[in-house]
Amino acid sequence: MTSFVYIPRDRGIHPPAYAPDYKTSVLRSPRKALLALQQSLSELTGPVFGHDDLDPLDNDLLRNARVDGDPIGERIIVHGRVMDENGRPVPGALLEFWQANAGGRYRHVNDHYVAALDPNFSGCGRTLSDQDGWYHFRTIKPGPYPWRNRLNDWRPAHIHFSLFGAAFVTRLITQMYFEGDPLLPLCPIYKTIPDEGARARLVAPLDVDAGISLDSLTYRFDLVLRGRSQTYFENRPEGH
Amino acid sequence: MPVAKVLQESASQTAGPYLHIGMVPAAAGITTRKQQPGNVLAGSGAKGERIRIEGYVYDGADCLVRDAQIEIWQANAEGKYDHPEDRQNKPVDPNFQGFGRAVTDFESGLWYFETVKPGAVPGRHSRQMAPHVSAIIFARGINMGLQTRIYFDDEPEANANDPVLTLIELPPRRETLLAKRGERGGQVVYRFDIYLQGDRETVFFDV
Repeated sequence: MTSFVYIPRDRGIHPPAYAPDYKTSVLRSPRKALLALQQSLSELTGPVFGHDDLDPLDNDLLRNARVDGDPIGERIIVHGRVMDENGRPVPGALLEFWQANAGGRYRHVNDHYVAALDPNFSGCGRTLSDQDGWYHFRTIKPGPYPWRNRLNDWRPAHIHFSLFGAAFVTRLITQMYFEGDPLLPLCPIYKTIPDEGARARLVAPLDVDAGISLDSLTYRFDLVLRGRSQTYFENRPEGH
Repeated sequence: MPVAKVLQESASQTAGPYLHIGMVPAAAGITTRKQQPGNVLAGSGAKGERIRIEGYVYDGADCLVRDAQIEIWQANAEGKYDHPEDRQNKPVDPNFQGFGRAVTDFESGLWYFETVKPGAVPGRHSRQMAPHVSAIIFARGINMGLQTRIYFDDEPEANANDPVLTLIELPPRRETLLAKRGERGGQVVYRFDIYLQGDRETVFFDV
């Protein structure tokens, strides 16, 4: 029996470890060359998640931290499709997401920004992609916020995404941005991505037709995980 | 056979300082999440030698990184991955999950996993790999998850023949992947420190 290995990562579309305009990367970036590793069973396998691992409200950030009402902010839906580099949908991908509230404040013990916390919002959610790779969740649009980097750096509005595909080598963490945000071209983290096209693919366009009238705007965010190459890996049963 | 590459992988971005909210909500102070993968992989009935793997993460100035997340993926004590692509004729262990997630303590910087020592797994061309745990490190300032492996220093023979460790020419570099076995209060504890940068920099992989 055979398994196909994953296509090598194109490092040219990913941010380099050392990106000095993002100052924290200076001391946290390995300087030695990465060791190229042929994929084995350890890389071609990975955790499998199912609906039993999730709570029904996990993809509803308007409700999953509700105390006495809805969170403050623009109600939005984020939806899209998880595909692989071969252009096929990735079913059963676990997507975890986290974000600041409408004022740009995170519900986190280490965030001390002056903007107010929202008692009805945690900014924490997750979901699984369906058989055709589709996912969606409901939330409020996060606000931009200042951060300590250069003197007056602001993060554009963004939602963090963590993804598990079919194998541990497809693991990916990224961020979704919003179409038309004037802070994008100023953001040192967004600009760690060297490739303009790769950068643009993290910007979710407004999906006017998918909105719910008199309720929510919708943004479309598609994600691509690593695909399979045409090189196979021998995976013989023991003793053969 | 798979079709050729027609799309580009989405670009990575740092997980940032507040990664806990989405991935380990309890650490951020969020208590509404009921079930969540954590740092205990082995239930009380799990087969194999119970071990703890612990350590710290250091930056290039040898300062502790106290906002990192470490994820691990490993085979069970028999050397079997609980995944459809592992077609070895070996049993999965219902009391063991191969995936774990830990964060460094905001004060001490310590991270740890409670697990079992994995069995050996065949590598490419059926060449046996030494027992190991795959790991990915995420943190603010890390633009793309850093992938590495944790091996065990009490497996000198298996390590000497491991197809990955033998790729590393310099012995001190190879040693960055060896967890050191010790004992504390009757429990086996392996120490594995991760150096993001500098003379003792951990070997990271392009997989």
